Amino acid sequence: MNKVIYMDNAATTATRPEVLEAMLPYFGQTFGNPSSIHGVGREARKAVEAARKQVADAIGAEAREVYFSAGGSESDNWAIRLGCAAMSKKGKHIITSAIEHHAILHTCEAMEKEGYRVTYLPVDEFGLVSVADVENAICDDTALITIMAANNEIGTLQPIKEIAEIAKAHGVLFHTDAVQAIGAIPVDVKEWGVDMLSMSGHKFHGPKGIGALYVRKGIRMSNLIHGGAQERGFRAGTENLPAIVGIGKAIELAVAELPEYTEKMTALRDRLIDGLTERIPEIRLNGHRTKRLPANVNISIRYLEGESILMRLDLAGIEASSGSACTSGSLDPSHVLLAIGLPHEIAHGSLRLSLGMENTEEEVETVLNELPKIVENLRAMSPLTPAYLR
Amino acid sequence: MYSEKVMDHFANPRNVGEIEGASGSGTVGNAKCGDIMKMDIQVENGIIVDVKFKTFGCAAAVATSSMATEMVKGKTIEEALALTNKAVAEALDGLPPVKMHCSLLAEEAIHAAIEDYQKKHPQG
Ligand SMILES: Cc1ncc(COP(=O)(O)O)c(C=O)c1O
Ligand code: FES
Repeated sequence: MNKVIYMDNAATTATRPEVLEAMLPYFGQTFGNPSSIHGVGREARKAVEAARKQVADAIGAEAREVYFSAGGSESDNWAIRLGCAAMSKKGKHIITSAIEHHAILHTCEAMEKEGYRVTYLPVDEFGLVSVADVENAICDDTALITIMAANNEIGTLQPIKEIAEIAKAHGVLFHTDAVQAIGAIPVDVKEWGVDMLSMSGHKFHGPKGIGALYVRKGIRMSNLIHGGAQERGFRAGTENLPAIVGIGKAIELAVAELPEYTEKMTALRDRLIDGLTERIPEIRLNGHRTKRLPANVNISIRYLEGESILMRLDLAGIEASSGSACTSGSLDPSHVLLAIGLPHEIAHGSLRLSLGMENTEEEVETVLNELPKIVENLRAMSPLTPAYLR
Repeated sequence: MYSEKVMDHFANPRNVGEIEGASGSGTVGNAKCGDIMKMDIQVENGIIVDVKFKTFGCAAAVATSSMATEMVKGKTIEEALALTNKAVAEALDGLPPVKMHCSLLAEEAIHAAIEDYQKKHPQG
């Protein structure tokens, strides 16, 4: 069989060879504990702080505003908890959106159990949060707003700068989950005006299990993990040294490559969207046509069920996803697709193709040839397919 | 996650389609996931001589219906009624636990088709 075509970069990306190379010495000769006094320890400390600077520079922050974590989920959990704690005097109300990642939604649900009120803002048919809705939802006791920068399933980009302005005007903290945005669109925390921002290394060709949380200086920090003095005492535990080096290198490379990435991904994405729309009757693009991640394609294919499409694609050597990787084990259609108003059976037949720099025009053409065949074949098998499509 | 047999029946499903003027046909929905299956049977002298299915469902639904149609073809109505989703799943070398409910779709669709047949052909 030909080489596998990987179009699931929103689930995770391959660690770049340059990143791996940068990490390797820290498993080997520079294995030291960054808290140690001796030479190899000091080398390790230097590497951690250099990586912190790389992350900070990539998002327009100061190094001391960057805290390492074990990934996007951990950063999201931490941000909500520390934001609420910092604002405890103001009140117990959180505003978020209906299409957040579960790392946000489930943390908000946990906060509800602890006595917080949470407003889950609806989105429009394109997955956009309305800035006016955010403003209207703010109450005297609102402590925190958390709205994602880019959606992992349908790729919709939110008006983060405008929401940040409103949050600021009302004295409310604003966190954004930028896990899908870093390395995909320009991110500058000062220009956006966000108070906190989450990222995850494995979404931009860094290693898995490492993330970072930006917390604007001046916000009262609180602990995620109690113990030693790591991460200025707020997240104890000996640092994941090689992974920290990896996320630093990965974000530096991703940001340097951004103009090229944007151009190439947008072209491949649009070719896919246009080609599929031309070749497959009765499909719909989910998300916004232009306010969209450059590498995200999400379509609903009527009369079909997502897993069957994915597995047929897999048999044809094309790796994609039907929602986010974490929900593919569940039977319910994605909460994001339901939130944009798709009926149950259409949400069920959705497919996400998320591109990366390794993808080529030829691979896109292969998908454009294979997918219509698979759809036709599966539609012939579906009791829902109307006669004119058979 | 799926056995080789499931993958085989998913990639090359047997008995897909519809039977024109079927002796009995049944459509059932899966309460758990919303998926749908339609089963047609052709009965002659109390024996299921032909069976065809269509499904809007996951890979496990496709594979179990494909296997189930093979298992009831050539059998008597009584034998077909005795077929359980567990037997079908076993014939496929097992299903992941979250996918066991999918195999119910095939069993229920066969039962619905037989019921329809019996309604149309009251024994007497
Ligand atoms: C938007 C978003 N937030 C959070 C996460 C969680 O990141 P991680 O897998 O690093 O915990 C993901 C990735 O699955 C994501 O896409
Ligand atoms: S998940 Fe619906 S039939 Fe399997």
